[in-house]
Amino acid sequence: MTSRSRLPFYIAVFLLIAAGIALAIWRHMELGIPWLTGEQRPVWMVEARVDFDARDDSVLASLNVPENPPGFRVLSEQAASPGYGFSVIEKSGSRRAEWSKRHASGPQTLYFKAQFIPDATAEPARPARPPKARKVFWEEPQATAVREILAQATERSSTPESMTRELIRLMQPDTRTQNTTLLVAEENYLKLLEDMLNHAGIPARTADGLQLEDARRRQQLTQFLQIYNGERWLTFNPRTAEQGVPDDLLLWRQGAGSLLDVIGADNSEVGFSILRQTIPALQLATMQFEANGLGFLSFYELPIEEQSMFRMLLLLPLGALVVAFMRMVIGIRTSGTFMPVLIAVAFVQTTLVPGLIAFLAVVSIGLLMRGYLSSLNLLLVSRISALIILVIFITAGMSIIGYQMGFNTGMTVTFFPMVIIAWTIERMSILWEEEGGREVLVQGAGSLFVAICAYLLMSSQLAGHLTFNFPELHLVVLGLILLMGQYTGYKLSELKRFTPMKVYD
Amino acid sequence: MDWISPRRLNRLGMLNMNRRNVDYIARYNDRSSYPLVDNKLKTKLVVAEYGVRTPKLLQVVRQQHEISHFREMAEDLGGFAIKPAKGSGGKGITVITGRDGDEYIKASGARVDSGYLQRHLTNILAGLYSLAGTPDVAIVESLVQSDPALAQYSYQGVPDIRIVVFQGYPVMAMLRLATKASDGKANLHQGAVGVGLDIGSGRSLNAVQFNRPVTLHPDTGHALENIAIDAWQEMLEMASRCFEATGLGYMGVDLVVDAHQGPMLLELNARPGLAIQMANGRGLLPRLRSIEALKRPHFTPQERARFAMEQFAAL
Repeated sequence: MTSRSRLPFYIAVFLLIAAGIALAIWRHMELGIPWLTGEQRPVWMVEARVDFDARDDSVLASLNVPENPPGFRVLSEQAASPGYGFSVIEKSGSRRAEWSKRHASGPQTLYFKAQFIPDATAEPARPARPPKARKVFWEEPQATAVREILAQATERSSTPESMTRELIRLMQPDTRTQNTTLLVAEENYLKLLEDMLNHAGIPARTADGLQLEDARRRQQLTQFLQIYNGERWLTFNPRTAEQGVPDDLLLWRQGAGSLLDVIGADNSEVGFSILRQTIPALQLATMQFEANGLGFLSFYELPIEEQSMFRMLLLLPLGALVVAFMRMVIGIRTSGTFMPVLIAVAFVQTTLVPGLIAFLAVVSIGLLMRGYLSSLNLLLVSRISALIILVIFITAGMSIIGYQMGFNTGMTVTFFPMVIIAWTIERMSILWEEEGGREVLVQGAGSLFVAICAYLLMSSQLAGHLTFNFPELHLVVLGLILLMGQYTGYKLSELKRFTPMKVYD
Repeated sequence: MDWISPRRLNRLGMLNMNRRNVDYIARYNDRSSYPLVDNKLKTKLVVAEYGVRTPKLLQVVRQQHEISHFREMAEDLGGFAIKPAKGSGGKGITVITGRDGDEYIKASGARVDSGYLQRHLTNILAGLYSLAGTPDVAIVESLVQSDPALAQYSYQGVPDIRIVVFQGYPVMAMLRLATKASDGKANLHQGAVGVGLDIGSGRSLNAVQFNRPVTLHPDTGHALENIAIDAWQEMLEMASRCFEATGLGYMGVDLVVDAHQGPMLLELNARPGLAIQMANGRGLLPRLRSIEALKRPHFTPQERARFAMEQFAAL
């Protein structure tokens, strides 16, 4: 009977625990919520500084800003430019930061800051329509040279990628033939490459990349070649023909747009400063799932006030777990089943020692007053009610006196649940009359011990972190409590209690 | 610190708290039957139909305003016991053995005035002693005149006999003797002495107080070795009959022996304590399991009592 009726129960508990752990692991991997509180993640802070001399006229500055750079995720963007109107505009496949001002003169400086998180899985969005190769018109004799070089490269290649590699190789100074020398001049090298690839029917474009190094200022972008292989844009180093984007390279500009356009000013230039920062992994995760819409899965979407309430509420199951363990497995007697948890919650807010002192003070003063109440021969409800009011008086008195004496901790006494304290006093008092002071001490000490254990668990940073960020772990707690409900073994205290049975063995 | 290993306890067949709650109380005790035992008034009425005697009910105090009449009623009474109907563990039971002028004499010998009793009744009605703190009624019963043969062992108070009844079979019994420490109450955790009784013969086995073995009653000084209960089989049958009355599979039946009326039921308990095992020096589990293993249970209380007397003396 035993094994048959309990198997589904154990399976259910196992599923509960497995589901809790699996969900937590999934959220850890998917959303990047860290297991520990102190984890830090690197973030690149890149600041683009745009300088120009305004011509005493209206100014419109437009800077290309990254959109889905491969290998990175944009965490935040902000612009600092006093007096300028600012907006980020999506225009024909590229994102541009635009600053505008009706009237400006003299040297102007605009800043655009963005934070990037390295993320190997981040890929640029696929173009909605596959790009087409641009028609290029060549004049003789360049046309012949181009034709011959392309024929040579085509000969040695099979795919757009290998074609590109071959072409770059052929254009290098050490392999140059007459044809290439005719075409290449230093300043037009990349443009030429792009044109030739387009001419060969491979969509190609240039991109600007930023080498990420910590604490660099006034950096310039380096140029890269991108070709479209029919599926996605591939990046090539135009000098080495190396394919792909190195980990420390941020593609600031991809696509056709120019890097910087300034209307109404001269001498415009853009420089980049780079800083490597670390931010808590948790903050990163929350910022990210705000961005990717998974925020509804967490409490961070709630208003702050509700968040802090939930922080507290989500700790309660841990307290319940401690109480269940202490009572069912250890066998500690407490006064009131969950009174220790509520006291522990109060301790979390007051911190241990002041809370303990305040609690003991309130309860002992309350017990003295209860002694008088018991001689008044009151009905239970009105006695408890009177006790609640007295408890409030005591706490108010302690707070005021404590404050006057310069102990701010006196105020913390207000965190205790008044009704629970009143009931505790009532029970203790009855216990005292019926079972004597010893039992009061045993149960009182037991309650406080359990409360302190619960407090130590609940106040640990890790517990707060895990319960709030992985609420599904409560399924595990629930499973454990259910399992404990089926624990039919001896309590630790019973091993002591039944000791006299030794003689009968 | 002295400990006993769980393996030894297992070998002794000691029933522990968690197993009692999960495997016996939760499994064999139907919740709907609880009010029958948790409310002494209901218990009295229901067992009466099954021929189980209980102390005479003198008065039921249900309302606060009835308390003022209590004094008039109590004028004519010699001794009586005030009990909360829904009390547990002997809490809230006050035994008055006699009068001295305006004062009442408690079983402990302490003198109290009627104000004390009225306050006590007020507490009972408000639910101070009731299990869930719910409003309660107070019952006033006639005092049991304890059989002098047994009464001599007890320090004041009435010795009672706790029999654990499982599926209608009396499985283990003990005699509970009040002590000074227990304030005339026969409750083990309050300090009463528990004397294990051989289920086959009704003779005493061992004795414990506060979970520690004793050989003499701490207050009366009587040796606790050679106590024998008269009409043992009748008591076992009586206990067994309570199963039919309440339907509770696992319960404690508290009986007293009245000098004039013989055995009577004091109260039932749906959560009988575990100390009875220490008083007997034996674990409950072998007996409980042998009943669970029975293919054909016995139908009459007589048969069950006889079965228990034959089988369990050796287990």
